Amino acid sequence: MGTTQSGILGGRLPLGEYESNFSDLHPPLDKHEALVASDRCYFCHDAPCMTACPTSIDIPLFIRQISTGNPIGSAKTIFDQNILGGMCARVCPTETLCEQACVRNTAEERPVEIGRLQRYATDVAMKENKQFYTRAASSGRKVAVIGAGPAGLAAAHRLAVKGHDVVIYDARPKSGGLNEYGIAAYKSVDDFAQKEVDYVLSIGGIEVRNGQALGRDFTLAELQEQYDAVFLGLGLAGVNALRLEGENAEGVEDAVDFIAALRQSKTKADIPVGRRVVVLGGGMTAIDAAVQAKLLGAEEVTICYRRGKEHMNASEFEQDLAASKGVTIRHWLQPKRIAEKDGKVAGIELEYTTLEDGKLTATGETGIIAADQIFKAIGQSFLGSGLGALKLEGGRIVTDAEGRTSIDNVWAGGDCVLGGEDLTVSAVAMGRDAAESINRAFAAAAPRASAVA
Amino acid sequence: MADLRNNFVGIKSPNPFWLASAPPTDKAYNVERAFKAGWGGVVWKTLGEEGPPVVNVNGPRYGAIWGADRRLLGLNNIELITDRDLYVNLREMKQVKMNWPDRALIASIMVPCEEEAWKAILPLVEDTGADGIELNFGCPHGMSERGMGSAVGQVPEYIEMVVRWCKQYTRMPVITKLTPNITDIRKPARAAKAGGTDAVSLINTINSIVSVDLDNFAPNPTVGGKGTHGGYCGPAVKPIALNMVAEIARDPETYGLPISGIGGVTTWRDAAEFLVLGAGNVQVCTAAMTYGFKIVQEMISGLSDWMDAKGHRTLDDITGRAVPNVTDWQYLNLNYVAKAKIDQDACIKCGRCHIACEDTSHQAITQFVNGVRHFEVMEDECVGCNLCVNVCPVENCITMEELPAGTIDQRTGKPVDPNYANWTTHPNNPMARQAAE
Repeated sequence: MGTTQSGILGGRLPLGEYESNFSDLHPPLDKHEALVASDRCYFCHDAPCMTACPTSIDIPLFIRQISTGNPIGSAKTIFDQNILGGMCARVCPTETLCEQACVRNTAEERPVEIGRLQRYATDVAMKENKQFYTRAASSGRKVAVIGAGPAGLAAAHRLAVKGHDVVIYDARPKSGGLNEYGIAAYKSVDDFAQKEVDYVLSIGGIEVRNGQALGRDFTLAELQEQYDAVFLGLGLAGVNALRLEGENAEGVEDAVDFIAALRQSKTKADIPVGRRVVVLGGGMTAIDAAVQAKLLGAEEVTICYRRGKEHMNASEFEQDLAASKGVTIRHWLQPKRIAEKDGKVAGIELEYTTLEDGKLTATGETGIIAADQIFKAIGQSFLGSGLGALKLEGGRIVTDAEGRTSIDNVWAGGDCVLGGEDLTVSAVAMGRDAAESINRAFAAAAPRASAVA
Repeated sequence: MADLRNNFVGIKSPNPFWLASAPPTDKAYNVERAFKAGWGGVVWKTLGEEGPPVVNVNGPRYGAIWGADRRLLGLNNIELITDRDLYVNLREMKQVKMNWPDRALIASIMVPCEEEAWKAILPLVEDTGADGIELNFGCPHGMSERGMGSAVGQVPEYIEMVVRWCKQYTRMPVITKLTPNITDIRKPARAAKAGGTDAVSLINTINSIVSVDLDNFAPNPTVGGKGTHGGYCGPAVKPIALNMVAEIARDPETYGLPISGIGGVTTWRDAAEFLVLGAGNVQVCTAAMTYGFKIVQEMISGLSDWMDAKGHRTLDDITGRAVPNVTDWQYLNLNYVAKAKIDQDACIKCGRCHIACEDTSHQAITQFVNGVRHFEVMEDECVGCNLCVNVCPVENCITMEELPAGTIDQRTGKPVDPNYANWTTHPNNPMARQAAE
């Protein structure tokens, strides 16, 4: 039995509804559907979709391999560029990347379903546990990778392929980073993130130490002593604060924690949610939190964003998804004060905003939305400690194009890096490229070492 | 409203769309359905001689190749002539002809290459009231191993002999169906004419192995682990059929000989192409086997609407209209110059024209202009080959534009010559020089 009671509580829905609400957002293509979808690809020369992909997957080739009945070969084409191609197929905002670039848009306003085709091929290969890579002969080099998220896993895999020994340290109990903790449940069902981690690690030569945090359990300087190279894929562990009256009231929560808790819950019925929920922010995190709050049975869910629709980081598709689930998105509203009653959230006062000479300005007009739960999704920040003299800028790690930081033999990639794109697929590309850079550095160093000997 | 009534060697039908002798015309049930759907005529599935009928395999009889979205492009079959008793077929034909007096009903016949065999069957067929006979000299599989079908059609002397017998023993018009499994289609056509045939029909199916089962290493269709060559038909064979029809239509020895065009007719447009290349009507099989009999409605309306739009009133107005324009390569105008032109508004920037030209032709299409992805023809390299037009996925995006006489061809640096000049007089032709001496 469900309930419409006020307050933050679990079990708002009849049990059966949770399963259907949190089922796969884009059900996988079956073989026939994949063949029909793959037939639409023109096999473009120097394809725009491939250019648009941060990992430069050879999309026309992998789709052609599907169309000729070779999904295994197709999966290899994908994994060659992106070992996390399975997750990227699920979470990439394809509508702003490869599928936006598809030439079919020009003629028909309907791109080839690249994301779903990629999922089809990678699913086939992973279901068969088809392994495409073997390790090169051991180089004797040891690399520490900090963070078992997309950047760290991609770096570790490529390093392992090259014959280097890798130890991954991760602060969380499970590997996967945002793939495991930061993505809406309906985008990654059936424990896919862990299956993918296992698939990536099966290359061998990678040891994972969970529950180990940089700055708490070890420092960068210590790692530099123990390892030939270090890769930092730390992600963004901090959450931006509102700095408003009432922020500490019971019921004001970080959206990322809510999303993480949902992913770790089996039934979802145990995740408490308010009756009236307000989500502050305009990115993917805001959408993921709002949609899932609605799917948990919240009666009213409102996203409040301080700028206009065109400024939202969430893609058009994500915004439409939220609307289709019954989420209200309101623009030009910024939080002013959180109203409390008995220490609990009772509502939020918001102030209307406008752009004056390109600058966001409050108009002075305010309004109140009743709420018993408020999610903060106004951005994450880099939290680093134990990093020594590592050069930061704007709160992020500075690297060159190959991922080299200001410290010798230390590389970095993913969201923690300045200029990071906040995308799984970009993190994979940076991790992979840093691994190649590390490998080149080892190769360049090797002859010198033997010359000295 | 165009008049689609067809008079083919005296056989009248309300439209030029006949069903070819094949599985769809094997019995009254199918033929009745075809006539209800609107088909103008039917060539009944080939009759064999009196006695125990032939048998068919009890496994798969068809194989196919497909295009995008599994659209059937080519079909291959190993089915033989009718496997029903001769008298059952004759009885049904007679009844159907009585039920549908305005439709054409033709009997296809294949009996051994002996005068007595033909002499015996012709009166039986004539008794059904059939409008004509078609001699099956075409099937390339099964029956050919027994000295019939294409085994006859591949020997012009046999064709002439059998046609002569038929003309001698029946008053019915004789249509001789030709096999394409021969080097020069004009030879059997001339033989049929010499024997006195009223018309030829072509093409029958092309000998083929349509695909191979890579798990079992056997040709498809595979019957108990083995396969055999079959007869290929469907949209894929149309170009071969069109050429053979045109060759007969423009051959001085067979010029004017009525032709029933067969081979991959799927739409009204296909039919119109056969007609303008000299066919008096068309026969259809694979399209009906793929989509059902209803497709004839599209063919009728499409042909009629096109004729109306172009001001053609009757089939006679269009039959053979393209024949004078089919010529030998040596007579093509070498002073005609065309260049590809890409409509930038229609271009979707797939780059296929560029890579086709760059990798396999004349390096005449850009990929980038000022650093931007942009596909444009470089007239100083373009030889006007038309490959880009054919590989472009967008219709009419790339067109071939004729260079008017007098303009400078950027590739040769010379003005386009307004005069017609062909290979026979070209200075590079050693034969031409000899002629000049």
